[in-house]
Amino acid sequence: MNIYEQQASNRRMTAIMMAVFIGFFLVIGLGFDFFYLNFNPAGASHLRMNSDGYYETQAPGAGATIPFGTIVALLIGTGMAFNSLINGPRMVLRSTMARRAVPSGDKERQFLNVVSEMAVASGLPAPAAYIVPDPDLNAFATGTNPQNSVIAVTEGLLATLNREELQAVVAHEMSHIRNYDMRLMTVSAALMGAIALLSDFAGRSMRYGGRSSGGSSSRSGRKGGGAAMLVVFIVWIVLVILAPLISRMLAMAISRQREFLADASGAELTRNPLALISALEKIRQAVMPTNAINNGVAHMCIADPRGSLIEEKMGFAADLLATHPPMEKRILALKVMAYQASKPQS
Amino acid sequence: MIPLAIVLLVLGGWLVFVFNGLIKLRNQVANAFRQIDVQLKRRHDLIPNLVESVKGEMKFEKETLERVMLARAAAVNAGQGGNMNEVLAKEGMLTQALGKLMAVSENYPNLKANESVKTLMEELTHTENQIGFSRQFYNDVVTKFNIAQQVFPTNMFASLLGFTPSALWELPADSVERETPKVNLAV
Repeated sequence: MNIYEQQASNRRMTAIMMAVFIGFFLVIGLGFDFFYLNFNPAGASHLRMNSDGYYETQAPGAGATIPFGTIVALLIGTGMAFNSLINGPRMVLRSTMARRAVPSGDKERQFLNVVSEMAVASGLPAPAAYIVPDPDLNAFATGTNPQNSVIAVTEGLLATLNREELQAVVAHEMSHIRNYDMRLMTVSAALMGAIALLSDFAGRSMRYGGRSSGGSSSRSGRKGGGAAMLVVFIVWIVLVILAPLISRMLAMAISRQREFLADASGAELTRNPLALISALEKIRQAVMPTNAINNGVAHMCIADPRGSLIEEKMGFAADLLATHPPMEKRILALKVMAYQASKPQS
Repeated sequence: MIPLAIVLLVLGGWLVFVFNGLIKLRNQVANAFRQIDVQLKRRHDLIPNLVESVKGEMKFEKETLERVMLARAAAVNAGQGGNMNEVLAKEGMLTQALGKLMAVSENYPNLKANESVKTLMEELTHTENQIGFSRQFYNDVVTKFNIAQQVFPTNMFASLLGFTPSALWELPADSVERETPKVNLAV
């Protein structure tokens, strides 16, 4: 698969994963509303005895047509995510103690030149260039839109890579910005937050004796469906218990997919996949974790800042919860782009 | 009557949408084309400084240095003239002359230690890269524009609306840059 085909396949996979994620959120959220808040748009308005002794049609209350729980959870999750979106770059830069790159030394000037070359190649304005004082090799990019984005590299990276490899790494980071990956991960974070909230609430309601499913379902007039409702309820509870784990796995899967996409987009910018391969090899060999970069931007880095040991393991658990794909697979995908291998990443 | 009106409205809206998209792409193509000139001009401005700073060291390479300066003057003239083929040809010759100069400068180790020369060499590499990337970007944008015109159903009325496919940037078949560079490794 060449650079275009890999990008197309990665975007498709992202769309599928996002759809699954949103679907999962809706299952959790609407289930919460159905079982706990009497949300039932299909419920027939039932007959009730009013104070005069007559049966009267009771219109379903507001809680039956609007899924309050889902909406509130989504709003809170979005609020938290937006906060990190707006303040994110500044907080990240401050936490990593990054300094602005100035054309003083050889390497820094080269770095600035490389960033402006990639800006020309992508047709976007050049992002602000920062340097993180860490001897380890890593780089990251933040920024919700190309107009106010930031690229940072560690001093170790500047010292070790040659011009071509630096260009490949900067191209990878520019591609994160180009593909609006920060926005996507913010949406994922919002969904994760909302799911965690709902899961928490559901857990509390259960424990402190909230409305039971049997009561609410018979009130909404479904006499015969008691047993089926119970099964659905149990399945839903299991999902709720596993929700934090499942949502994390989904978010990490999306993050890994975007890493592959950034590799392919970066190769499209430089038309030089081999340079990125050689840069990744060098990064891989420097095993030290990057202490300066915390988990907040881990998914925006070029290599997992917790240390490449996690990336070397290709086991099932490591695969599911890692923010970055294993280096092996990334290098293989790049070799396929460079027509040096035949089987792309699965 | 009403459904017909709605259908016509939707169709009209879609037509406007497509037209605006094509206008945007056409302007991007024009912009990207001129950006190449920006980078070429940068190169023209950089060369006299470079030649000045290496002249002292490279006393025995007068011929190479002169060739670079002549090629630069020719390229500037061609740029002012505006004939595309001229410009391509002269810029190609300038690239070759510069390449020869950089290769020859490898013989002068003192040059490499000189700070200003190092800076200028980096600037020259940077400028060559910028020229290459701006041409690459121009081709990318032209491809996008052409694809947008040629997909169905836009291809049915793109020419009616006044859009024609743009030409990609390419080296002429007889360009001097298409030749394999001759490397003389004689000491």
